[in-house]
Amino acid sequence: MSDGPHWEDEGPERLYVITGGRNGTEDPAALDLVTLIVARTGPKPGMQPEHAAIMRMCQTPLSVAEISAYVGLPVSVVTVLLGDLLAARHVMSRPPVAQAQLPDLALIEAVIDGLQKL
Amino acid sequence: MDFKSSEPRREDALPATAVAAVKVVIVGGFGVGKTTLVGSVSEIRPLTTEETMTQAGVGVDDTAGVERKTSTTVAMDFGRISINEELVLYLFGTPGQERFWFLWRGLFEGALGAVVLVDTRRLEVSFDVIGRLEERGVPFVVAVNSFPEAPQYPLEEVRSALDLPPSVPLVVCDARRRDSSRDVLMTLMRYLHSLAVTPEAS
Repeated sequence: MSDGPHWEDEGPERLYVITGGRNGTEDPAALDLVTLIVARTGPKPGMQPEHAAIMRMCQTPLSVAEISAYVGLPVSVVTVLLGDLLAARHVMSRPPVAQAQLPDLALIEAVIDGLQKL
Repeated sequence: MDFKSSEPRREDALPATAVAAVKVVIVGGFGVGKTTLVGSVSEIRPLTTEETMTQAGVGVDDTAGVERKTSTTVAMDFGRISINEELVLYLFGTPGQERFWFLWRGLFEGALGAVVLVDTRRLEVSFDVIGRLEERGVPFVVAVNSFPEAPQYPLEEVRSALDLPPSVPLVVCDARRRDSSRDVLMTLMRYLHSLAVTPEAS
């Protein structure tokens, strides 16, 4: 129904408020665009609406990029919000594979197998 | 506060068994068909993630500043393919200009590789992209999106015009077609496979 972000008309000030002024550079190694996030529970009463929305959508695994798209907030802002939820142990993260320059053969073969089924 | 969040449709949920994700970046100029390619192979309707680029040189801590900071929103469309119960492949379509790549921290770090999508009518926009990927050591293949109205050149002419090394795969595709877009990804994967078997081949 919703066609994505609705914050374009608002200035950066609102994003500043959502994150409490943090810019997400504290822990650059932690979250990738394709880190999968899974909620440990449902949303808790009293949660900031953005946190609650993330908790709801992460009842099954969802990538950081998808969360950003669904909540309609920039990845840098979502990363800060996820940092809060990770610190409070409300969600867990599943880091991406293949950090090496050349990924391993088994992984590539799995992707080839998967693509062949498309 | 006007906070409107949408949620994934039930059929767009990943299985709980999904434990890891990999990514491939589709790079190309404006209008070259990145989103079309992503959309034709993605199992979800392509989504858009955005990042804001704030004009540099404006004092962030200058609370007295009355001039408004100019911020530009840059969008990146992406899609998803479930490879198996555990592994998910994400495809990100990003503009060719390198200054955008820094907006999404780690876009290329950890990426399996990249597809450079080109339009024969505007080959020149691809030079820079190819050079940047080579500098960064990101393995890539080049796919010519065959627009019906675009002039058809023999692939060897395109290769020569792009100054592309013989080892880098170059294919023609129709980004609107699922099988064709799938074949482009397959070309990249087979290339990565060959690099992994013989790391010195590049």
